[in-house]
Amino acid sequence: MHIPDGYLSPATCGVFGAVMIPIWTAASKAVKKTLSVRQVPYLAIGAAFSFVIMMFNVPIPGGSTGHAVGGVLVAILLGPWAACIAVTVALVIQALLFGDGGITAVGANCFNMAFVLPFVGYYVYTLISSDSPSGSGRRVIAAGAGAYVGICVAALCAGIEFGLQPLLYHTANGQALYCPYGLNVAVPAMALGHLLVFGWVEVIVTALVVKYLQKQNSVFFEGGRS
Amino acid sequence: MTLTKKLWIGIGVLIVLSPLGLILPDHFKAGSAWGEWGLEEIQKMIGYVPLGFQKLSELWKAPLPDYAFQGWEGKDLFSMSFAYIISAIVGIAIIAGVAFLIGKVLAKEDE
Repeated sequence: MHIPDGYLSPATCGVFGAVMIPIWTAASKAVKKTLSVRQVPYLAIGAAFSFVIMMFNVPIPGGSTGHAVGGVLVAILLGPWAACIAVTVALVIQALLFGDGGITAVGANCFNMAFVLPFVGYYVYTLISSDSPSGSGRRVIAAGAGAYVGICVAALCAGIEFGLQPLLYHTANGQALYCPYGLNVAVPAMALGHLLVFGWVEVIVTALVVKYLQKQNSVFFEGGRS
Repeated sequence: MTLTKKLWIGIGVLIVLSPLGLILPDHFKAGSAWGEWGLEEIQKMIGYVPLGFQKLSELWKAPLPDYAFQGWEGKDLFSMSFAYIISAIVGIAIIAGVAFLIGKVLAKEDE
């Protein structure tokens, strides 16, 4: 889901960069209010986890590859604003150091994976877990559902961003200037890959860690009864 | 053992296992992620390289391109796995450091 340089027009990149600035500002303000000093090491671990889990490329035999993002897990444990910051740090370093995701596309990639993914995932999680006990199985299921919906909606956004390009930017003779595949190809490709395969990786990783942490330290799930 | 220590051990295990993200796609003959093709792949797929794509795609020269060392393209899977693990360690050191600093600056003191 890391859109490289060249797939999105400079204008598209500018729009997403401009959209992310108030989101990052809001994230800093929210984290300032909610993150306590003792949680700071968990923010670092969350960012590290998101980065390393994205290195596990999962193959569709003979087809493409994809991976989990880990952003919904961080959102469940530290809140969606903290997850936004953790995943943003991972994405920026990935682009700068490893060329994974474009420098110009960093706003769009952060919008998909550091904003849409943790927020959608977090709200699905809170909706399903509701006030269930912090150690309950319902919380594990809610975490898995949040992970699935979060990553699939993020992939859908990436598909739409890709797919709008040939519609908006082409030469007089119809050749694409940036991403050559329209919505009819890009949206199903991005959505189906994640609905069928990569989304389930996010589900498994998220549910397993939530289950483990329920036993270790229920303070992460203090929204519910203990 | 503190929980943070246990979680860091978990991250360490993931670092060691990370080459699976290289080996499994190779074994199952899976290609790039959708929409992450390079210049030559695009040329092969659609018969031309979009003009804007050509201009932007090689804008940035990453120091560790695709989690490998520069000039290591096409090396054997064992070498690539080594580079992958080094990339994971370097990436995590920087990312955890930056996230920690941001957290330190933003976090409120415990009452």
